[in-house]
Amino acid sequence: MITLQNVNKFFGEKHVLQDINATFQPGICNLIIGASGGGKSVMVKCMVGLEEPTSGSILFGEQDFHRLEYEGKKELRKEIGMLFQGTALFDSLTVEQNVEFPLLMFGNMSKAERKERVAYCLNRVNLNHAYGKFPSEISGGMKKRVGIARAIALKIKYLFCDEPNSGLDPLTSRVIDQLLYEITKEYNITTIINSHDMKTVLDIGEHIVFVHQGQKWWEGSKEDMEDAKISNAELRAFIEASM
Amino acid sequence: MKIFSEVGRYVLFMRYVVRRPERWYMFWQNLMREMNLIGVDSLVIVMLIAIFTGAVTTVQTASQLTSDTGVLPPSLFPMSVVGSVVGSSSILELAPTITCLVLAGKVGANIASEIGNQRISEQLDAYEVMGINSAGFVGLPKILAGVIMIPCLVVISNFLLIYGGLWAAKFTGALTADEYVSGVRSTFMPLYVQIMLVKATIFAFLITSLSVFQGFYTSGGALEVGEAGTKAVTKICVFILFFDLIIAKMFL
Repeated sequence: MITLQNVNKFFGEKHVLQDINATFQPGICNLIIGASGGGKSVMVKCMVGLEEPTSGSILFGEQDFHRLEYEGKKELRKEIGMLFQGTALFDSLTVEQNVEFPLLMFGNMSKAERKERVAYCLNRVNLNHAYGKFPSEISGGMKKRVGIARAIALKIKYLFCDEPNSGLDPLTSRVIDQLLYEITKEYNITTIINSHDMKTVLDIGEHIVFVHQGQKWWEGSKEDMEDAKISNAELRAFIEASM
Repeated sequence: MKIFSEVGRYVLFMRYVVRRPERWYMFWQNLMREMNLIGVDSLVIVMLIAIFTGAVTTVQTASQLTSDTGVLPPSLFPMSVVGSVVGSSSILELAPTITCLVLAGKVGANIASEIGNQRISEQLDAYEVMGINSAGFVGLPKILAGVIMIPCLVVISNFLLIYGGLWAAKFTGALTADEYVSGVRSTFMPLYVQIMLVKATIFAFLITSLSVFQGFYTSGGALEVGEAGTKAVTKICVFILFFDLIIAKMFL
């Protein structure tokens, strides 16, 4: 479980995140939704440690991430996987080497065990045919799948996805959404997806946090959203614009 | 004030770079790859530049010494002076400084662009999220490879500079090979070699660390990656010349 307590983030004078409180449960797909520039990405970056919140706490279970020492942070990060908006695959490594990379860095596996784990992960994302290809030689959808395979190569507890459907056609987007949903259930991980795609919300969203202009405007389940948009004008405007 | 904050940021950055690597096996692999890229891949350009610079220096020095328009008449100079001038200036200045200025353009721009590209494509963020010290992972092998390989290139360059001078002396007939060699040997001092190696090591550190630093803090897009390369080369050249002066003043 991940808990955000009174998280604030300033960039100079700009108050990008304002007193955010939220809880993300394991085993379900948690979605952070909102218009571009609303603070979603900064929120995710604070959670994975790429940005330091100006104040507030981000708890992974009982551990306050930003108050951990360097070594403690490093250990916790081994339990975190992330699918970046631009996939962030290592462009000088093949698909197979990309997935093998975290295992080489942190695993204590033999070469045969590593190969087996890579094969399992690539098979899990239906990429059995792309082992020797470089990221520049594969499609956007395939890159996302390699990113997911790399994220789950180590046995992670938390999976963060920053706009997993950006730049993908609607059909491929649904495939990626479904894959993220299945992986969340299969490994019982805390998945946090940052998205402004309402189709993703309707397909796989189980717990939704709506962020607007740096503030959390609403939090609840997909089923509650219909009722909430009646009273919440900002949420209604966002949903109607996205549909 | 900006220069002080840049220096501070550079020092803090270097503290992250020199942390213990997460996995020695990966570090060793990266180090070998970088040594190949920085050292072996730069060999041809360094050799070509050294031979021609040595040759040109010899021809021009001989021409100036035999010119009637000089302050003193040419008959007062033995032609072996050409060898002395070329030999000493090769060891003290041409080999370390010219070689490192060339490598600033080749290696420095390459490193800054490579890391800048990794920054804008979020690859460095991916390392950080995995729990890898990205500054150390990408920076330390490059800096160490540079500090090992660039002095080797400078030593090779020094031999070829002197050899290039000998080749030019023989083929242009400006002076005999014996005169040239005796000139080179007559003013040779072991201290000059020490100075050359000190310069090469310091310049190597400047080339690699400044380019890694510049690339690491790139933000924006493709245009900024190109700018990072250009800025890195400019800064490296200025610092090489600055430290060249300081080292010369300290040792001579």
